[in-house]
Order: sequence, then structure tokens, then C-alpha cells
Amino acid sequence: MTNPYLPKPYELVGIRKETAIDYTYTIDYQGPVTGGQFMEVSIPGVGEAPISISDFDGSTIDMTIRKVGRLTDKIFEMEPGDSLFLRGPYGNGFQLDNFKGRDLVVIAGGTGLAPVKKTIQHYMENLDQVKSLEVLLGFKSPSDILFTDDILRWEEKAKVILSVDNPVEGWDGHTGLVTTHVTKLDLSNVKEKTAIVVGPPIMMKFMTLELLKNGFLEENIWVSFERKMSCGIGKCGHCKIDETYVCLEGPVFNYTKAKNLLD
Amino acid sequence: MGFRLAENEKDRYLSELLQSYHVFAPVAKAGKGAFSDTDVVGYGEIESFGDIVLDRKSHFSPKEVFYPVRETLFQFLKDEVLETTIDEKPLVVLVRPCDLNGVRRLDTIFLKNGQEVDTYYERRRKKVKFLMVECTEGFDTCFCVSMGSNVATDYDGALRFEEGSLLLDIKDPALATEILRDRPEADFQVEYIRENKVKVDAPPLEAVTKDLFDHDLWTEYTSRCIACGRCNTSCITCSCFTMQDVQVNDEKNLGERRRVWASCHIDGYSDMAGGHNFRKKHGEKMRFKTMHKVNDYHRRFGEHMCVGCGRCDDVCPEYISFSKCINKLNQIAKEVAQ
Repeated sequence: MTNPYLPKPYELVGIRKETAIDYTYTIDYQGPVTGGQFMEVSIPGVGEAPISISDFDGSTIDMTIRKVGRLTDKIFEMEPGDSLFLRGPYGNGFQLDNFKGRDLVVIAGGTGLAPVKKTIQHYMENLDQVKSLEVLLGFKSPSDILFTDDILRWEEKAKVILSVDNPVEGWDGHTGLVTTHVTKLDLSNVKEKTAIVVGPPIMMKFMTLELLKNGFLEENIWVSFERKMSCGIGKCGHCKIDETYVCLEGPVFNYTKAKNLLD
Repeated sequence: MGFRLAENEKDRYLSELLQSYHVFAPVAKAGKGAFSDTDVVGYGEIESFGDIVLDRKSHFSPKEVFYPVRETLFQFLKDEVLETTIDEKPLVVLVRPCDLNGVRRLDTIFLKNGQEVDTYYERRRKKVKFLMVECTEGFDTCFCVSMGSNVATDYDGALRFEEGSLLLDIKDPALATEILRDRPEADFQVEYIRENKVKVDAPPLEAVTKDLFDHDLWTEYTSRCIACGRCNTSCITCSCFTMQDVQVNDEKNLGERRRVWASCHIDGYSDMAGGHNFRKKHGEKMRFKTMHKVNDYHRRFGEHMCVGCGRCDDVCPEYISFSKCINKLNQIAKEVAQ
């Protein structure tokens, strides 16, 4: 009888500063992972929280963590060589079969980029697996941009629209909410396009509406939800929406399902 | 197998049970009630059948006996994670049929929802045997008959307290102690309540549409409900919990991880990092709970979660009646359908 709540220590092998309050932690971890899955991350005696896996390569996983509370405050005090406790991975993640051979557009807002980063990365490295790839990213301001080096590499391979809500002097890129940039996407064959949307609840709500308005089909839109979770295994109840457990059936949902999930 | 024990033999049976089991039953906890000099009826260990309170409904359900309000999952000592252990002695819990039906709902969540078994629940649950107390009268707020949970047959033993004697129907041979051996069988068929004063009609599953989620019905509860969570803590089927870490000594890294009961009515239930949450208004919380109890749990598992014990009505400080809420929802579902 294995204890599903038992966390195990994994060594922190690298810390990369993304922004003043978002760091990417690289952890020595060898298990199988799917992009979009999450781990229950903890420090014994401090707390446990669900955090999505932003990247992995078979020997390590990355988690991009924002300093926002009791647990993450402590994580920000850690150094390479220290151990983070993990259990998981949990959730369905982004199933690549749903995007294979499609005209794919990935839209992410803020830290919503973290759970979908690996999926973007995968297709940037395997452009032959999709018909086309476009990426639309939105951040509050230039100093909130995550994965800057990766984004620069992506821009060389595919169309990337990077926008900030609040530009500062010297910013010569796109500005305004991500929803205002949908028309900059190639919409010529919109009914055949598949979209992944990940971001804050309010962004996902208006972005999916904007996509539908521009001709995307409901069944071609995928979203990933964030919810409070204490267990990750369908027991604690916090992430339940109607008869759906986000930790078990999600966090990635097709819009035809997601639109009926009423919190 | 049926047996009859005379009044003066009852406690000998109990003392024989106590040799192998802790026995829990509804008891009066003196002075613990909401008002001065009032008792609260909750579950406690008994040593005599005289300790049991059956003329009042217990304010709290028996779930706390095997699903503690607060349970330590791990103790942390430096880099060590130690799993907790429990008292190995098995338990006998006296329950009414509604609660026994409620236990099945808890089993479903903890043992069958998702791929993983909740080992902390399982380790206690498998030590529990249920002695069901016959319940043919019920109480003012009960609506078990409407919820189909007035009858339960999956007990390990059943009891009928009669004037001057105790009738037993023992299914689990381990509960047939010395005093019952070589005793002539008594004819005892458990009877069940067939009609409550309160009747509810839960809306048909397919009648609950988006319109009902947005309906004005819930705004009434925004002003009435004070989000105290008593309905959740008294409920036999509420199973939610929150993880809680505690550090006793920072330098030695001595601490523990617990889980504590959570309530979907109490603020913080859906709070995420950064402060976002999903149901701020109390009416939305009432809607969330109601839908779980009489709609979405059924969609997922094939039976309603609510068993109609009516404890939520008994304990609500704002006199919100859940049975009335269900009936209102059903009425509105009918109106919306037309």
C-alpha cells in the first residue's frame, strides 16, 4: 500500500532568475512527465502547493515559481544543492496527439506561459509535426517577461507576437492586451486552426470569446485551468467544478468541456 | 442472526466488545452546546449502553471517528519524513441507516475517486465495524426517505433498543461475543422509517442547467448565509480537506504536515496563489454545495451525495433549511423547463 501523499526530496540543481519575482528552478528528476502536468511541491513544515512543470529533459524538470506566499517565500531562500519535496506528476497535460499536423497557435498570458512552455518548445524543435505554429504572448510589462532567451530562439523559427500591457520607454514591441492581437494571427484558414490558451482566469475567458468571434471552432480550442489543490489525486475537493476534478480530468480541457465548467 | 439480550445483559455484551474494540456512539458532551448549560451530542467512546443518546439526533456525524477533524500525515525531523501510525485496535461505531449510507459516499471519494487510494482514510476505515441502530421515527428535520437512504443493509450488526431488552442482528461473526454463543436465536427483522415529516424532491439531473446556476435563488443565501461552515462540519458526506504544515522548531526542522477538514462555505476554500478565488458571494457557495449534494456527485457516481440526515438544518445559525433549498431548486427547474 503506497502512501500517495508521501513527498520525496529531489535536489535543486539550478536556479534561473526570470523576473524579480519569478525564478525557474531546475530539479534533478528522472520520471516520465507530460507538458502541462503539475507537481505537488513542498518544504516540510512550511507547506505544499501545486506547481506546473515548465520544462523537462528526462534527467531534470523545471518549475517556474512566483514569490507569492509562505511556501514560495521559503523556496526563494533555497540554493542549488538544497532539496525540494515533490509528489506527482499529476494531471493530464497537453496531449500532443491533439495538435499533431494542425495549424497551431499557442496563446499565453503571464505565468500561464509556464505550463505550456514545454509544448511550445517541443513544436519549435519539431516544426514538421505541425502544419504551422504561431505564438502569442502577453505580459504586464517588459520586466515581467518570462523565458526571454527561449522566446528569442522561438522568434527565429516561427511567428511570435510578444505584447506587454504597460510598455516602458525603450519598448518597441507590441503593446496592449493579448486579446487585441488575435487579428494579427493568420486567420485565413481559421476553422482548421487549433488554439491553446493559458493564462489568468479573466484572460482565458476573454481570449476564448475573442477566438470564437474570429471564427475558431470550439472543439479546436484547448485551455489549462489553475485551481487550489491540496491533494492532486481527487480527494481534497478544492479543485472540483461540477462533476469534474481539475486534478484528475484536467488541468487541460477542450473548450467544449471547459465552457460548461461553472465554478 | 438475531439475538435478544435482557436489560441486565446489555452491558456485559458491550464489555465483551470492548475487549477487542473501541466502541463509539452518540453521547452528550456536557456544556459543549451552543448555549450555556446545553450539551452537544457528538460521537464519543462508550463504556455502557447507558451513555448513548438516542432521543436526540447527534449534532455531529460519526465521520470524525474514522476521518479525524485534524490528522497528522507526516512528522518531519531534519531530513526525515516519518509516516504516522494509528492505534491498531479496531472500532465499532453505532450509526443510523442514513449515516451508514453516508459512509458509502465517503468511501467513494477517498477510495474510488481517481486512481489513487487515500491510504490515511483506508487505514482507519478498514478497522471500523458498524452497528446500525434501528431508526423508525427520525427527527423533525430528517428527509432520508426522500433521498433513499432510510434503508441500509450493509451493516455488520444491527440493534433495536426495546423497553427491557436489546435485539441484535449480527452479520459479522466477530461481533457475536461470548454472551451470544449458545443462545437461542431471536426473530429480529430491522425496520426502517418509511415517511419523514420533511419531504424533498431533488431536481432531475438533466433539469439542472446553466440557468439554474445564475438564478436569483442563490442571492437570497448571499444575504442569509454567514459562511460559518457548520453545515459542512456536521455533514456525514462532506469530505473536503486542506493540507496544513506546521513547524515546531525552525532550527531543528521539526514539524508536521496535517490535513484538516475544509468547508466550501468558509472563505479561502478556493483561494489560489496571488489571491484569486472563485466564489466570493455566500450565495455562490450555497449553490456550489447544493449542486454537489444533489446533482454533480450523482452525475459522477450514480447516487446523490446528500443522504437527508438534516444535520445542516439543525446546526445552521441562520436557520437556512437545506431541504427547502432543494425543493426550491426543483421548483425553479420545473419553471425554467416550461
